[in-house]
Amino acid sequence: MGFLSLFSSKPEPTMVHLPSGSFTVDRSGRILVSTLPSSFPETLVNEIATQVRTTFQEAKAAELSLGELVIHYPSLKIIARELRGGALIFLVPINLASTPGIHSRL
Amino acid sequence: MATKHKILLVDDDPDLLDMYREILKQLPSAPDIQIATSGARAIALLESEPYRLLITDLKMPRMDGLQVLSIVRRKHPNLRTVVLTSVMDEQFRARVYAQGVDLFWQKPSTEREIDMFRDCIESLIERDDQAGFRGVQSKSLVDLIQIECLSQSSSVLRITNGPLVGKIWINHGELFDAEAGNLQGEEAFLHILSWKSGNFEVMPSEPRHARVIQKSYNALLLETVQAFDEAQAGASNPTAESGMRPASDPISQLSGLEFFVALEQGQTKPAEARNIENPERLAEWTRTTLKRFHELGDKLQLGQPDTVLGLGLQGHVGLTQQGKTEFCIGWRYSLDAAEVRKSTKKASALWAS
Repeated sequence: MGFLSLFSSKPEPTMVHLPSGSFTVDRSGRILVSTLPSSFPETLVNEIATQVRTTFQEAKAAELSLGELVIHYPSLKIIARELRGGALIFLVPINLASTPGIHSRL
Repeated sequence: MATKHKILLVDDDPDLLDMYREILKQLPSAPDIQIATSGARAIALLESEPYRLLITDLKMPRMDGLQVLSIVRRKHPNLRTVVLTSVMDEQFRARVYAQGVDLFWQKPSTEREIDMFRDCIESLIERDDQAGFRGVQSKSLVDLIQIECLSQSSSVLRITNGPLVGKIWINHGELFDAEAGNLQGEEAFLHILSWKSGNFEVMPSEPRHARVIQKSYNALLLETVQAFDEAQAGASNPTAESGMRPASDPISQLSGLEFFVALEQGQTKPAEARNIENPERLAEWTRTTLKRFHELGDKLQLGQPDTVLGLGLQGHVGLTQQGKTEFCIGWRYSLDAAEVRKSTKKASALWAS
Protein backbone atom coordinates (compact mmCIF):
# COMPACT_ATOMS: atom_id res chain seq x y z
CA MET A 1 0.00 0.00 0.00
CA GLY A 2 2.93 2.24 0.81
CA PHE A 3 4.20 1.68 -2.72
CA LEU A 4 0.82 2.54 -4.24
CA SER A 5 0.62 5.75 -2.29
CA LEU A 6 3.63 6.95 -4.30
CA PHE A 7 1.36 7.11 -7.34
CA SER A 8 -1.72 8.49 -5.64
CA SER A 9 0.02 11.43 -3.98
CA LYS A 10 -1.36 14.89 -4.72
CA PRO A 11 0.45 16.59 -7.64
CA GLU A 12 2.55 19.60 -6.63
CA PRO A 13 0.89 22.83 -7.77
CA THR A 14 2.94 24.65 -10.39
CA MET A 15 3.12 28.25 -11.55
CA VAL A 16 3.87 29.42 -15.07
CA HIS A 17 7.37 30.80 -15.52
CA LEU A 18 7.71 33.84 -17.75
CA PRO A 19 8.97 32.63 -21.12
CA SER A 20 12.03 33.81 -22.96
CA GLY A 21 11.92 33.60 -26.74
CA SER A 22 10.24 34.98 -29.81
CA PHE A 23 7.42 34.22 -32.20
CA THR A 24 6.07 35.49 -35.49
CA VAL A 25 2.44 36.20 -36.21
CA ASP A 26 1.05 36.94 -39.68
CA ARG A 27 -1.53 39.56 -40.63
CA SER A 28 -4.42 37.14 -40.00
CA GLY A 29 -3.23 36.38 -36.47
CA ARG A 30 -1.72 32.95 -37.21
CA ILE A 31 1.40 32.03 -35.23
CA LEU A 32 3.98 31.00 -37.86
CA VAL A 33 7.18 30.31 -35.95
CA SER A 34 7.89 30.22 -32.23
CA THR A 35 10.89 29.61 -30.01
CA LEU A 36 8.84 29.90 -26.81
CA PRO A 37 8.81 26.91 -24.44
CA SER A 38 5.83 24.61 -24.95
CA SER A 39 4.95 25.02 -21.25
CA PHE A 40 3.84 28.59 -21.94
CA PRO A 41 0.10 28.46 -22.73
CA GLU A 42 -0.82 28.98 -26.38
CA THR A 43 -3.81 31.11 -25.38
CA LEU A 44 -1.45 33.64 -23.81
CA VAL A 45 0.77 33.67 -26.92
CA ASN A 46 -2.31 34.42 -29.03
CA GLU A 47 -3.44 37.09 -26.58
CA ILE A 48 -0.09 38.91 -26.82
CA ALA A 49 -0.14 38.65 -30.61
CA THR A 50 -3.68 40.05 -30.82
CA GLN A 51 -2.95 43.03 -28.57
CA VAL A 52 0.26 43.89 -30.40
CA ARG A 53 -1.33 43.66 -33.87
CA THR A 54 -4.32 45.74 -32.80
CA THR A 55 -2.04 48.41 -31.34
CA PHE A 56 -0.09 48.69 -34.60
CA GLN A 57 -3.34 48.88 -36.60
CA GLU A 58 -4.83 51.57 -34.35
CA ALA A 59 -1.58 53.56 -34.41
CA LYS A 60 -1.80 53.64 -38.19
CA ALA A 61 -5.40 54.84 -37.97
CA ALA A 62 -4.24 57.61 -35.60
CA GLU A 63 -1.62 58.56 -38.23
CA LEU A 64 1.27 57.34 -36.14
CA SER A 65 3.81 55.51 -38.21
CA LEU A 66 5.33 52.96 -35.83
CA GLY A 67 7.73 50.17 -36.71
CA GLU A 68 8.35 48.90 -33.19
CA LEU A 69 6.57 48.66 -29.86
CA VAL A 70 8.35 48.12 -26.55
CA ILE A 71 6.19 47.34 -23.54
CA HIS A 72 8.01 47.43 -20.21
CA TYR A 73 6.43 45.42 -17.39
CA PRO A 74 8.33 45.19 -14.12
CA SER A 75 9.33 41.60 -14.83
CA LEU A 76 8.93 41.22 -18.60
CA LYS A 77 9.77 43.27 -21.67
CA ILE A 78 7.78 42.72 -24.87
CA ILE A 79 9.42 43.97 -28.06
CA ALA A 80 7.32 43.81 -31.22
CA ARG A 81 8.43 44.67 -34.76
CA GLU A 82 5.79 45.33 -37.37
CA LEU A 83 5.88 42.89 -40.33
CA ARG A 84 3.41 43.90 -43.05
CA GLY A 85 0.36 43.61 -40.84
CA GLY A 86 1.86 40.85 -38.73
CA ALA A 87 4.61 41.09 -36.12
CA LEU A 88 7.82 39.55 -34.85
CA ILE A 89 7.52 39.50 -31.06
CA PHE A 90 10.28 38.97 -28.49
CA LEU A 91 9.57 38.18 -24.83
CA VAL A 92 12.42 39.03 -22.47
CA PRO A 93 12.03 38.28 -18.73
CA ILE A 94 13.73 40.87 -16.58
CA ASN A 95 16.00 39.55 -13.87
CA LEU A 96 15.19 41.09 -10.50
CA ALA A 97 18.85 41.13 -9.57
CA SER A 98 19.56 43.50 -12.45
CA THR A 99 16.65 45.79 -11.58
CA PRO A 100 17.86 48.23 -8.93
CA GLY A 101 15.19 49.87 -6.88
CA ILE A 102 12.74 47.01 -6.57
CA HIS A 103 14.15 46.02 -3.17
CA SER A 104 13.54 49.53 -1.84
CA ARG A 105 9.82 48.73 -1.72
CA LEU A 106 10.48 46.74 1.44
CA MET B 1 -12.78 51.73 21.36
CA ALA B 2 -10.37 50.88 18.55
CA THR B 3 -11.71 48.27 16.12
CA LYS B 4 -9.81 45.03 15.70
CA HIS B 5 -8.01 44.67 12.38
CA LYS B 6 -8.86 41.63 10.31
CA ILE B 7 -6.23 39.46 8.67
CA LEU B 8 -6.98 36.85 6.03
CA LEU B 9 -4.48 33.97 5.78
CA VAL B 10 -4.48 31.88 2.58
CA ASP B 11 -2.61 28.59 2.17
CA ASP B 12 -3.59 25.18 0.81
CA ASP B 13 -1.90 23.46 3.76
CA PRO B 14 -4.27 23.47 6.79
CA ASP B 15 -1.44 22.61 9.21
CA LEU B 16 0.56 25.66 8.16
CA LEU B 17 -2.56 27.81 8.41
CA ASP B 18 -3.03 26.70 12.02
CA MET B 19 0.61 27.42 12.80
CA TYR B 20 0.53 30.93 11.30
CA ARG B 21 -2.74 31.67 13.03
CA GLU B 22 -1.13 30.84 16.36
CA ILE B 23 1.86 33.07 15.52
CA LEU B 24 -0.30 36.01 14.52
CA LYS B 25 -2.57 35.65 17.52
CA GLN B 26 0.36 36.85 19.61
CA LEU B 27 0.50 40.25 17.87
CA PRO B 28 0.12 43.18 20.29
CA SER B 29 -2.86 44.54 18.32
CA ALA B 30 -4.61 41.14 18.68
CA PRO B 31 -6.13 41.09 15.19
CA ASP B 32 -9.04 38.93 14.14
CA ILE B 33 -7.56 36.15 11.97
CA GLN B 34 -9.55 34.33 9.31
CA ILE B 35 -8.26 31.51 7.12
CA ALA B 36 -8.93 30.22 3.61
CA THR B 37 -7.53 27.05 2.06
CA SER B 38 -7.93 28.19 -1.53
CA GLY B 39 -7.66 31.35 -3.61
CA ALA B 40 -11.32 31.17 -4.60
CA ARG B 41 -12.42 30.96 -0.96
CA ALA B 42 -10.17 33.93 -0.11
CA ILE B 43 -11.72 36.07 -2.86
CA ALA B 44 -15.21 35.16 -1.60
CA LEU B 45 -14.27 36.15 1.97
CA LEU B 46 -12.77 39.45 0.82
CA GLU B 47 -16.03 40.22 -0.98
CA SER B 48 -18.07 39.54 2.13
CA GLU B 49 -16.30 41.79 4.67
CA PRO B 50 -13.48 44.32 4.87
CA TYR B 51 -9.98 43.12 5.79
CA ARG B 52 -6.87 45.04 6.73
CA LEU B 53 -4.33 42.52 5.48
CA LEU B 54 -4.10 39.51 3.19
CA ILE B 55 -1.30 37.00 3.69
CA THR B 56 -1.11 34.46 0.89
CA ASP B 57 0.99 31.54 -0.21
CA LEU B 58 2.11 31.44 -3.87
CA LYS B 59 1.93 27.77 -4.82
CA MET B 60 -1.66 26.66 -4.54
CA PRO B 61 -3.71 24.36 -6.79
CA ARG B 62 -6.26 25.83 -9.24
CA MET B 63 -5.83 29.52 -8.34
CA ASP B 64 -2.24 30.36 -7.37
CA GLY B 65 -1.10 33.29 -5.25
CA LEU B 66 -0.26 35.48 -8.25
CA GLN B 67 -3.79 35.05 -9.57
CA VAL B 68 -5.22 35.91 -6.15
CA LEU B 69 -3.04 39.06 -5.99
CA SER B 70 -4.01 40.08 -9.49
CA ILE B 71 -7.72 39.98 -8.56
CA VAL B 72 -7.12 41.64 -5.19
CA ARG B 73 -5.19 44.54 -6.75
CA ARG B 74 -8.11 45.30 -9.04
CA LYS B 75 -10.98 44.78 -6.58
CA HIS B 76 -9.41 45.86 -3.29
CA PRO B 77 -6.61 48.30 -4.13
CA ASN B 78 -6.27 49.51 -0.53
CA LEU B 79 -5.85 46.06 1.01
CA ARG B 80 -2.35 45.46 2.35
CA THR B 81 -0.82 42.28 1.01
CA VAL B 82 1.94 39.93 2.08
CA VAL B 83 3.26 36.89 0.25
CA LEU B 84 4.49 34.12 2.50
CA THR B 85 6.10 31.39 0.48
CA SER B 86 8.78 28.77 0.18
CA VAL B 87 9.24 29.68 -3.51
CA MET B 88 12.55 31.53 -3.65
CA ASP B 89 12.59 32.14 -7.38
CA GLU B 90 13.75 35.68 -8.24
CA GLN B 91 11.36 35.85 -11.16
CA PHE B 92 8.34 35.16 -8.98
CA ARG B 93 9.65 37.64 -6.42
CA ALA B 94 9.81 40.31 -9.15
CA ARG B 95 6.30 39.46 -10.34
CA VAL B 96 4.96 39.58 -6.80
CA TYR B 97 6.39 43.08 -6.29
CA ALA B 98 5.03 44.09 -9.67
CA GLN B 99 1.56 43.26 -8.31
CA GLY B 100 2.19 45.91 -5.66
CA VAL B 101 2.50 43.70 -2.57
CA ASP B 102 3.85 45.24 0.60
CA LEU B 103 6.04 42.35 1.73
CA PHE B 104 7.51 39.16 0.27
CA TRP B 105 8.47 36.72 3.04
CA GLN B 106 10.11 33.35 2.96
CA LYS B 107 8.18 31.05 5.28
CA PRO B 108 9.87 31.56 8.66
CA SER B 109 11.63 28.53 10.09
CA THR B 110 13.52 29.75 13.15
CA GLU B 111 12.34 31.50 16.30
CA ARG B 112 14.17 34.66 15.26
CA GLU B 113 12.55 34.67 11.80
CA ILE B 114 9.15 34.18 13.39
CA ASP B 115 9.76 37.17 15.68
CA MET B 116 10.82 39.32 12.73
CA PHE B 117 7.81 38.20 10.75
CA ARG B 118 5.49 39.10 13.63
CA ASP B 119 7.10 42.56 13.97
CA CYS B 120 6.74 43.28 10.28
CA ILE B 121 3.10 42.23 10.22
CA GLU B 122 2.33 44.34 13.29
CA SER B 123 4.01 47.37 11.71
CA LEU B 124 2.14 46.80 8.45
CA ILE B 125 -1.34 46.58 9.96
CA GLU B 126 -0.77 49.53 12.27
CA ARG B 127 0.70 51.79 9.57
CA ASP B 128 -1.34 54.89 8.73
CA ASP B 129 -2.99 55.19 5.35
CA GLN B 130 -1.70 58.70 4.67
CA ALA B 131 0.87 59.34 1.99
CA GLY B 132 4.37 60.08 3.07
CA PHE B 133 8.00 59.43 2.44
CA ARG B 134 8.86 55.79 2.97
CA GLY B 135 11.10 55.33 5.96
CA VAL B 136 9.31 57.82 8.20
CA GLN B 137 5.69 56.96 7.83
CA SER B 138 3.18 59.81 7.44
CA LYS B 139 5.87 62.44 7.75
CA SER B 140 6.22 65.08 5.08
CA LEU B 141 9.61 66.01 3.70
CA VAL B 142 9.37 69.29 5.63
CA ASP B 143 8.94 67.29 8.87
CA LEU B 144 11.89 65.15 7.96
CA ILE B 145 14.17 68.15 7.36
CA GLN B 146 13.00 69.77 10.58
CA ILE B 147 13.84 66.60 12.52
CA GLU B 148 17.33 66.53 11.01
CA CYS B 149 17.96 70.24 11.65
CA LEU B 150 16.48 70.33 15.17
CA SER B 151 18.57 67.36 16.22
CA GLN B 152 21.69 69.17 14.91
CA SER B 153 22.40 66.22 12.63
CA SER B 154 24.91 66.05 9.85
CA SER B 155 23.75 63.99 6.90
CA VAL B 156 22.95 63.93 3.23
CA LEU B 157 19.32 63.21 2.40
CA ARG B 158 18.87 61.49 -0.92
CA ILE B 159 15.30 61.82 -2.11
CA THR B 160 13.84 60.03 -5.12
CA ASN B 161 10.55 60.69 -6.80
CA GLY B 162 10.26 58.18 -9.66
CA PRO B 163 13.14 58.98 -11.98
CA LEU B 164 13.83 62.33 -10.26
CA VAL B 165 16.63 62.40 -7.72
CA GLY B 166 17.46 65.17 -5.28
CA LYS B 167 20.02 65.61 -2.51
CA ILE B 168 20.00 67.89 0.50
CA TRP B 169 23.19 68.47 2.52
CA ILE B 170 22.74 69.16 6.24
CA ASN B 171 25.72 69.92 8.49
CA HIS B 172 25.30 70.37 12.25
CA GLY B 173 21.61 71.14 11.81
CA GLU B 174 22.13 73.75 9.07
CA LEU B 175 21.09 73.45 5.44
CA PHE B 176 24.25 73.63 3.36
CA ASP B 177 23.16 72.78 -0.16
CA ALA B 178 20.61 71.04 -2.35
CA GLU B 179 20.75 69.53 -5.82
CA ALA B 180 18.00 68.34 -8.17
CA GLY B 181 18.75 67.77 -11.86
CA ASN B 182 20.37 70.94 -13.14
CA LEU B 183 19.20 72.99 -10.16
CA GLN B 184 21.43 73.85 -7.22
CA GLY B 185 21.08 75.55 -3.86
CA GLU B 186 17.81 77.25 -2.83
CA GLU B 187 16.19 76.65 -6.22
CA ALA B 188 16.85 72.93 -5.96
CA PHE B 189 15.60 72.85 -2.36
CA LEU B 190 12.32 74.51 -3.39
CA HIS B 191 11.96 72.07 -6.27
CA ILE B 192 12.54 68.99 -4.08
CA LEU B 193 9.99 70.20 -1.52
CA SER B 194 7.37 70.43 -4.27
CA TRP B 195 7.44 66.61 -4.62
CA LYS B 196 4.41 65.13 -2.93
CA SER B 197 5.78 61.65 -2.23
CA GLY B 198 8.80 59.49 -2.78
CA ASN B 199 11.56 57.59 -1.06
CA PHE B 200 14.43 58.94 0.95
CA GLU B 201 17.60 57.58 2.41
CA VAL B 202 19.88 59.20 4.94
CA MET B 203 23.46 58.99 3.76
CA PRO B 204 26.68 59.76 5.64
CA SER B 205 27.48 63.44 6.04
CA GLU B 206 29.89 65.22 3.75
CA PRO B 207 31.44 67.82 6.08
CA ARG B 208 33.67 69.19 3.31
CA HIS B 209 30.76 69.99 1.01
CA ALA B 210 30.77 73.77 0.33
CA ARG B 211 27.93 75.79 1.82
CA VAL B 212 25.74 77.20 -0.94
CA ILE B 213 22.56 77.95 1.04
CA GLN B 214 23.20 80.78 3.48
CA LYS B 215 19.67 81.14 4.89
CA SER B 216 18.55 79.30 8.01
CA TYR B 217 16.33 76.27 7.43
CA ASN B 218 13.44 78.04 9.19
CA ALA B 219 13.60 81.04 6.86
CA LEU B 220 13.86 78.80 3.84
CA LEU B 221 10.96 76.54 4.88
CA LEU B 222 8.83 79.65 5.47
CA GLU B 223 9.68 80.95 2.01
CA THR B 224 8.86 77.57 0.54
CA VAL B 225 5.43 77.48 2.18
CA GLN B 226 4.73 81.03 0.92
CA ALA B 227 5.80 80.03 -2.59
CA PHE B 228 3.42 77.05 -2.52
CA ASP B 229 0.56 79.26 -1.32
CA GLU B 230 1.22 81.73 -4.15
CA ALA B 231 1.40 78.90 -6.66
CA GLN B 232 -1.94 77.52 -5.47
CA ALA B 233 -3.53 80.97 -5.59
CA GLY B 234 -2.22 81.39 -9.13
CA ALA B 235 -3.63 78.06 -10.24
CA SER B 236 -6.83 79.77 -11.36
CA ASN B 237 -5.12 82.48 -13.42
CA PRO B 238 -5.64 82.59 -17.21
CA THR B 239 -2.27 81.00 -18.01
CA ALA B 240 -3.08 77.97 -15.89
CA GLU B 241 -6.54 77.66 -17.40
CA SER B 242 -5.17 77.55 -20.93
CA GLY B 243 -3.13 74.49 -19.94
CA MET B 244 0.12 76.21 -20.87
CA ARG B 245 3.17 76.30 -18.69
CA PRO B 246 5.89 78.92 -18.84
CA ALA B 247 8.59 78.18 -21.41
CA SER B 248 11.16 77.95 -18.63
CA ASP B 249 9.49 74.88 -17.07
CA PRO B 250 11.69 71.77 -16.91
CA ILE B 251 9.53 69.63 -19.24
CA SER B 252 10.11 72.01 -22.18
CA GLN B 253 13.83 71.79 -21.54
CA LEU B 254 14.00 68.01 -21.93
CA SER B 255 16.18 67.09 -24.84
CA GLY B 256 14.34 65.78 -27.91
CA LEU B 257 10.81 66.64 -26.75
CA GLU B 258 8.45 67.11 -29.68
CA PHE B 259 4.99 67.19 -28.13
CA PHE B 260 3.31 66.50 -24.80
CA VAL B 261 -0.23 65.33 -24.03
CA ALA B 262 -1.58 64.71 -20.52
CA LEU B 263 -4.99 63.07 -20.07
CA GLU B 264 -7.05 62.83 -16.93
CA GLN B 265 -9.00 59.57 -16.59
CA GLY B 266 -12.69 60.03 -17.35
CA GLN B 267 -12.14 63.34 -19.21
CA THR B 268 -12.52 63.46 -22.98
CA LYS B 269 -10.43 66.62 -23.46
CA PRO B 270 -6.69 66.44 -22.69
CA ALA B 271 -5.67 68.25 -19.48
CA GLU B 272 -2.68 69.64 -21.32
CA ALA B 273 -1.48 69.47 -24.92
CA ARG B 274 1.66 71.19 -26.14
CA ASN B 275 3.07 71.54 -29.64
CA ILE B 276 0.31 69.42 -31.14
CA GLU B 277 -2.84 70.32 -33.03
CA ASN B 278 -5.99 68.21 -32.71
CA PRO B 279 -4.63 65.89 -30.03
CA GLU B 280 -7.95 64.04 -29.61
CA ARG B 281 -7.09 61.17 -31.97
CA LEU B 282 -3.76 60.61 -30.29
CA ALA B 283 -5.41 60.88 -26.89
CA GLU B 284 -7.87 58.13 -27.84
CA TRP B 285 -5.07 55.86 -29.04
CA THR B 286 -3.14 56.51 -25.83
CA ARG B 287 -6.13 55.60 -23.67
CA THR B 288 -6.96 52.38 -25.51
CA THR B 289 -3.31 51.30 -25.76
CA LEU B 290 -2.59 51.80 -22.05
CA LYS B 291 -5.85 50.05 -21.12
CA ARG B 292 -5.04 47.16 -23.47
CA PHE B 293 -1.58 46.57 -21.99
CA HIS B 294 -2.88 46.97 -18.43
CA GLU B 295 -5.35 44.17 -19.15
CA LEU B 296 -2.63 42.06 -20.76
CA GLY B 297 -0.50 42.62 -17.65
CA ASP B 298 -3.35 41.26 -15.53
CA LYS B 299 -3.75 38.19 -17.72
CA LEU B 300 -0.02 37.43 -17.65
CA GLN B 301 0.18 38.27 -13.90
CA LEU B 302 2.81 40.89 -14.58
CA GLY B 303 1.29 43.93 -12.91
CA GLN B 304 1.00 47.20 -14.80
CA PRO B 305 3.37 48.32 -17.56
CA ASP B 306 5.52 51.27 -16.56
CA THR B 307 5.94 52.46 -20.15
CA VAL B 308 4.73 51.59 -23.63
CA LEU B 309 7.04 52.92 -26.34
CA GLY B 310 6.19 53.34 -30.00
CA LEU B 311 9.26 53.75 -32.20
CA GLY B 312 9.11 55.01 -35.78
CA LEU B 313 11.30 56.49 -38.49
CA GLN B 314 9.69 59.93 -38.17
CA GLY B 315 9.64 60.07 -34.38
CA HIS B 316 8.90 58.13 -31.22
CA VAL B 317 6.13 58.22 -28.62
CA GLY B 318 6.25 57.21 -24.97
CA LEU B 319 3.08 56.33 -23.07
CA THR B 320 2.94 56.11 -19.30
CA GLN B 321 0.65 56.71 -16.34
CA GLN B 322 1.09 58.60 -13.06
CA GLY B 323 -1.85 58.08 -10.73
CA LYS B 324 -4.98 58.99 -12.71
CA THR B 325 -3.11 60.89 -15.39
CA GLU B 326 -2.06 59.26 -18.65
CA PHE B 327 0.66 60.70 -20.85
CA CYS B 328 1.57 60.51 -24.51
CA ILE B 329 4.88 62.22 -25.15
CA GLY B 330 6.49 62.63 -28.56
CA TRP B 331 10.26 62.44 -28.99
CA ARG B 332 12.67 63.11 -31.83
CA TYR B 333 13.65 60.04 -33.91
CA SER B 334 17.32 60.55 -33.00
CA LEU B 335 16.67 59.30 -29.43
CA ASP B 336 17.10 55.56 -28.84
CA ALA B 337 14.54 53.38 -26.99
CA ALA B 338 16.30 53.66 -23.62
CA GLU B 339 16.40 57.46 -23.88
CA VAL B 340 12.74 57.61 -24.91
CA ARG B 341 11.78 55.51 -21.90
CA LYS B 342 13.86 57.50 -19.45
CA SER B 343 12.70 60.86 -20.79
CA THR B 344 9.04 59.76 -20.84
CA LYS B 345 9.20 58.76 -17.18
CA LYS B 346 11.01 61.97 -16.30
CA ALA B 347 8.55 64.23 -18.14
CA SER B 348 5.52 62.54 -16.54
CA ALA B 349 7.09 62.74 -13.06
CA LEU B 350 7.88 66.43 -13.58
CA TRP B 351 4.30 67.11 -14.68
CA ALA B 352 2.88 65.19 -11.70
CA SER B 353 5.13 67.15 -9.33
